[in-house]
Amino acid sequence: MGEVTRTDVLIVGAGPVGLFAVFELGLLDLKCHLVDILDRPGGQCAELYPEKPIYDIPAYPTISAQGLVDRLLEQIEPFEPQFTFNRMISALERQEDGSFRVTTDEGEIFEAKVVVIAAGGGSFQPKRPPIPGIEEYEDRSVHYAVRRMEDFRDEDLLIVGGGDSALDWTLNLQPIARSLTLVHRRSQFRAAPDSVNKMMALKDQEKVDFQVGQIKALSGTGGQLESATIKGVDRDVEIACTRLLPFFGLTMKLGPISEWGLNLHENLIPVDTEKFETSEPGIFAIGDINHYPGKLKLILSGFHEAALMAQAAKRIVHPDERVVFQYTTSSTSLQKKLGVAGR
Amino acid sequence: MTKLTYIVPDGTRFDVEAENGSTVMENAIRNGVPGIEAECGGACACATCHVYVDEGWSPTVGEPQAMEEDMLDFAYEVQPNSRLSCQIQVTDELDGLVVRIPERQA
Repeated sequence: MGEVTRTDVLIVGAGPVGLFAVFELGLLDLKCHLVDILDRPGGQCAELYPEKPIYDIPAYPTISAQGLVDRLLEQIEPFEPQFTFNRMISALERQEDGSFRVTTDEGEIFEAKVVVIAAGGGSFQPKRPPIPGIEEYEDRSVHYAVRRMEDFRDEDLLIVGGGDSALDWTLNLQPIARSLTLVHRRSQFRAAPDSVNKMMALKDQEKVDFQVGQIKALSGTGGQLESATIKGVDRDVEIACTRLLPFFGLTMKLGPISEWGLNLHENLIPVDTEKFETSEPGIFAIGDINHYPGKLKLILSGFHEAALMAQAAKRIVHPDERVVFQYTTSSTSLQKKLGVAGR
Repeated sequence: MTKLTYIVPDGTRFDVEAENGSTVMENAIRNGVPGIEAECGGACACATCHVYVDEGWSPTVGEPQAMEEDMLDFAYEVQPNSRLSCQIQVTDELDGLVVRIPERQA
C-alpha cells in the first residue's frame, strides 16, 4: 500500500475543462489534484490537434489548441494545482465517511471529498492494429508499450509503425533482441530524421530487417506468437517472431469509468444541469464525457459546467460555510486568492 | 451542388448532394452514411474517415498531403487509392465522385 495523497477535489482528466475547473474550485478555496493518462496537460487539445486554431472560445477570435491550454495553465497557477501524469484511475470507491478513495493503475492512492470526471472522450490508449486474431496473442506476445526492456532480451521482435515510438524502440531494443524486424506501410517515416538515419544504418549492417508492407496475419500456438505474414508491395513475406510491438498511435476509450457504478448512457455519464452531478452524490461529470438534454460538446459548455459544479462541490467540502457569490472584478477576497489584490 | 456517391461494404449506395467547399467526410456524417466515424472531427488527427476513391477518380481527387499520409498509417487495409475523406474538398470537378467505405475504420 502506497502513501495516501489527500485533496479536496480529485479531477480525472487534465484537458481544458478539467483545468478550468481548478480555477472555479480555487475561487471557492478548494484544492485540486488532477490525474491524466497523457504525459502532459491539455487532453485532446494537446494530443490530437495542438496547432489547430479554435474559433469558438469567447473573446478569442482565434486561438491554437495548445495556446488555449497554455493560457488555462497560466490562469490556474495561483491555485497551485497538483498533477499526476501517465496514470489512469482504475478504481473509485466511497468510504464510510462519504469521501472517496481513488486508486491509479500504478497503485497510487488519493483520498478526496469530491471527484470530478472531466475525462472527455475517455482515456487515450494504444490503438489495436487491425490484424485479425491479434487478441489471442495479447496476453503473451503483443505489447503496446515497453515497460521493461529486459522482457525483450533474446526475443525475435517485430515492430510495426513509422512514428517516433516505433523508431525509438527499434533503436533501443535492437542491441538486446535476437532479431528485429521493422514493418511500415511505406518507406517514408513520421519519426525524427535522425532516428530514421540510424535505423537505416542498422539495416545496412544487417542488424535490423526493414520491410515495407502491412501485417496481414499472425500465427502461433496457445497465445505464443511464432510468425507474421506481411503483405508487401508485390508479394507476401513470412517473418519469424516471438514478440509483436505495434505502435499505431492512440485512441480514446472510456476505460474503467464504466466500472465505477455510475449510470451510463451510451458511454456518457448522465448529469443534472444544476450541479452536473452524476447518479452518485459527490461525483460530478463535466465536459465532453457528460450527457444531459441539449448537451453540446463544446469547450465553452464545459467551462460553464465547471462553474456550476464548483458551487455544489463547495457545499460538500465545506458544508458549514456560507457561499457568497462574488465577482473577480470587484471582490478583494477573490483578488487576494488570484494574487492580484491592490493592483 | 455536386453529387457524391458512397458505397458501403454490403454494396448499398448513398447518393448525396454536397456543397462545394465542404469535405467528403462532412457530407457522409450529415447524411448518416454508415462507416465514417470521424473521431477527431476533421482535424486530420485520426484515421477513422478512411475511404477508397473509386477507380478512375484518383487523378482528379489527387494524392494525400504528407500529414494525411502519416495518418493513413493508422488506417485499416490501406490501398494506393486510400484517402481520408476529411481531407477531400468538394469542388465542381468532383461531380459524380464515388468513394467506397472500408469494412472497418482501424
